[in-house]
Amino acid sequence: MADEADRKNGAEALPREERAKPDPPGYFEGESMTRRHAFTVAAQGIGGVAGAAIVLPSVGFAVAPIFHRGKERWEAVGPLDDFVEDTYRQVVFTETEGIGDAGKTTAYVRRGSRQLGEDPKEIVAISSRCAHLGCPVRFVEAADNFICPCHGGVYDFVGKVIGGPPPRPLDQFQTRIRNGQAELGPRYSVTSQLQPVRARDPGEFTGGVWEYLYPPRPSTFPPPSG
Amino acid sequence: MKLGSIIPAPLRKPAKPGESDAGKGAAPADLKISPPERPSDAQRLGERATEAPADVLAWVDQRTAASGLLTGMLYRKVPKGTNWFYTLGSATLFAFIVQTVTGVFLAMFYTPSATQAYASITHINNDVFLGQFVHGMHKWGSSVMVILIFLHMARTFFFGAYKYPRELNWVIGVVLLILTMTMAFTGYLLPFDQRSFWASVVGININGTGPVVGPYLSDFLRAGPEFGATTLARFYAVHMLLIPGAIIALIGAHLYLVAKLGTTAPPWLRGERPKVAAPVSQLDAGVEGDGAPPAR
Repeated sequence: MADEADRKNGAEALPREERAKPDPPGYFEGESMTRRHAFTVAAQGIGGVAGAAIVLPSVGFAVAPIFHRGKERWEAVGPLDDFVEDTYRQVVFTETEGIGDAGKTTAYVRRGSRQLGEDPKEIVAISSRCAHLGCPVRFVEAADNFICPCHGGVYDFVGKVIGGPPPRPLDQFQTRIRNGQAELGPRYSVTSQLQPVRARDPGEFTGGVWEYLYPPRPSTFPPPSG
Repeated sequence: MKLGSIIPAPLRKPAKPGESDAGKGAAPADLKISPPERPSDAQRLGERATEAPADVLAWVDQRTAASGLLTGMLYRKVPKGTNWFYTLGSATLFAFIVQTVTGVFLAMFYTPSATQAYASITHINNDVFLGQFVHGMHKWGSSVMVILIFLHMARTFFFGAYKYPRELNWVIGVVLLILTMTMAFTGYLLPFDQRSFWASVVGININGTGPVVGPYLSDFLRAGPEFGATTLARFYAVHMLLIPGAIIALIGAHLYLVAKLGTTAPPWLRGERPKVAAPVSQLDAGVEGDGAPPAR
């Protein structure tokens, strides 16, 4: 509590922070930054640079695979004559090398169907990976449908969703004919109208605004044009 | 020899005030005629030997002052009504310790390679001495830990123990819950059989359904656009290095806050009235009162 004398000579006229402070040790007239403060800033700055030199490469090392696109891979799955227009043949081929059976995937392959307005000189390869959460679907010939065992996704003959939870049609693989052999290439996804887009993971919608909510990843191949 | 004399004095439970028996009695009347016998060399050696552990503990304690921390943790006051529900946190911690110990020993035989992982697991289960037992402890222990952490969380919620001043401990606990679930998720892939492979495929794809960041998150988890050679190694590193370190650090913070803030009484215990009723004006100067004892 300030008494009468304090009030008279103004000892508490200003709040505590604004009262004159004694000069810090080593202070000389006119300096803008004390020596102690300069060393504090320098030490923290150098520490920050040293920390970043360790952390940033480590984080980059861990996230680099997001931006890396592997080599395009094509694999022959049999002569063109092996495939027919009105049903699928199951082929197994390697999608990821170096991990044995875990890197293999299944495709359902047929010739282009004249009934559907496709060119029978080309082949269509539909991925067995369910567009819901990635379980393997099976083509059931009696029903002409693809059926997923996990959560009951059902797709029609061309891979469009006709039942269950999948958000988009089945993925497809790029195809080409080389020396009479049908070859399968990179995977791509399709919109609900079967327009090719870059490969998406299962569970993700395609087309329209979804192209922005589930952006294409740099690790996937561009879809075939047309 | 009593156990109490082996424990060095600083680690003993402090006596309640007035209970100390350090008072000196009167000297025996016949001290001059029959002085106390000198112990033999063998007796003294035996005495020294029994005191050695206490001496070692005291030596460490003098240099670390750890006994204050220990007695503070072990003899801290707990509220009336503390019951078995309050042991769920310790039970979760015990489950974590079991997972740590069995996990370290499983790592000695496990190979995190897509082509050899399953073979190394069958080797552990079929060939290694007690391998199936240790593997089973780790496998079922993970479920036990997940169940216990949820029960512990439910106890905290229903007892209102997350309220001021323990909100930060609730937040740390939620992070620990998420890390535990991540442990369960990453560990599930490691046997690399059909079930764990497809469960992880589905789990990664569920991660991918998050808008905007989802596709990149699933690429990060897989280390590429497809489930590949490095996916298993990545899950293994996350499972045994990254998350355990974070969990241990956060458990330390969690326990520190428990010891510092204390535990709560169960909600069915009402605050007790003081035995001598004090005037309201003394209890709380901010409340207007006439100085009379509170009405019963």
